[in-house]
Amino acid sequence: MTHNPVLNTVSAHTLLLGMIVPVVTGCAGRIPRAALAMNPQTLEFRERSTRRFETTDESRILAASAALLQDLGFAIDDSETELGLIVASKERSAVEGGQVAAKIAYAVLFQADLPIDAQQKLRASVVTRPKGGEIAVRVTFQRIVWNDRGQVSKLELLDDPGMYQEFFDKLSKSVFLEAHKI
Amino acid sequence: MRLTRVAVIVLASATCCVCACRSSRAQLLAADESQVRLRSIQSRAFDTTDKSATLRSAMGTLQDLGFVIDDADETLGTISATKLKRYALRMTVSVRPRGQTQLLVRASAQYNLRAVEDPEPYQQFFDALRKAMFLDAHLIEEE
Repeated sequence: MTHNPVLNTVSAHTLLLGMIVPVVTGCAGRIPRAALAMNPQTLEFRERSTRRFETTDESRILAASAALLQDLGFAIDDSETELGLIVASKERSAVEGGQVAAKIAYAVLFQADLPIDAQQKLRASVVTRPKGGEIAVRVTFQRIVWNDRGQVSKLELLDDPGMYQEFFDKLSKSVFLEAHKI
Repeated sequence: MRLTRVAVIVLASATCCVCACRSSRAQLLAADESQVRLRSIQSRAFDTTDKSATLRSAMGTLQDLGFVIDDADETLGTISATKLKRYALRMTVSVRPRGQTQLLVRASAQYNLRAVEDPEPYQQFFDALRKAMFLDAHLIEEE
């Protein structure tokens, strides 16, 4: 091991440059290998996010879904009834008590500002599909969260089973039809 | 030390020239891969003429893969969808007739700020779509 200060400085700079260049030139990495592949969880997720209704009236299910999304505070961004699609979103606060407490503790202990989640955009798409005298309804939710510095802190699919169950319970009441699992 | 600084400046300038000499505006009409090769990677022909059913199958496949649909248009035959999983993957699927008996499905994906040009992710997508449609996905000849 040599202790040449010039060499060490060069190495440090080279390392730094190596870290910065990919960011500057937009080399954001390659797509993860399984990003578009089915996996063992795919079927489970499909079951969780889909219900069947015993009707052939697709527009009735779509109208009820749009009304439910509005009830839940979503704005309808787009729809294509010919294909059975409704797209909706809402923007809400993402502040969580635990994070606020951590921010305060961090500030007191280290005199530093810890970024915490501030706001979020929640997105939903409802897709209906006629199948054998029934209408299958599938909803998927996701969100983008920004911290209090305006940076994106989370990009995620919302896959909590409780959310999907609650959505379909409400839809079921709204169309006066029982929702069957697939 | 001075030599080091000069070396770093030269290296940084060289990197700029190699990577970023083109104005960022040139991205508007830029396509990194050969157009023909890319079209072939991104397209498959299916033995059906039912555009609506194909679009619905594509939406179902995208939902299976964790996407939220952004919009769809039956007349144009297009669907856009986004997957968020610590990254943003945006995908557009288009469906149009190919001859009298087939439909051509083309998918194009953008991973964060980059166009996806690897064949593998598209192959995975078409495998999933093929299963959803119970139809074979035919590779197309480079046209």
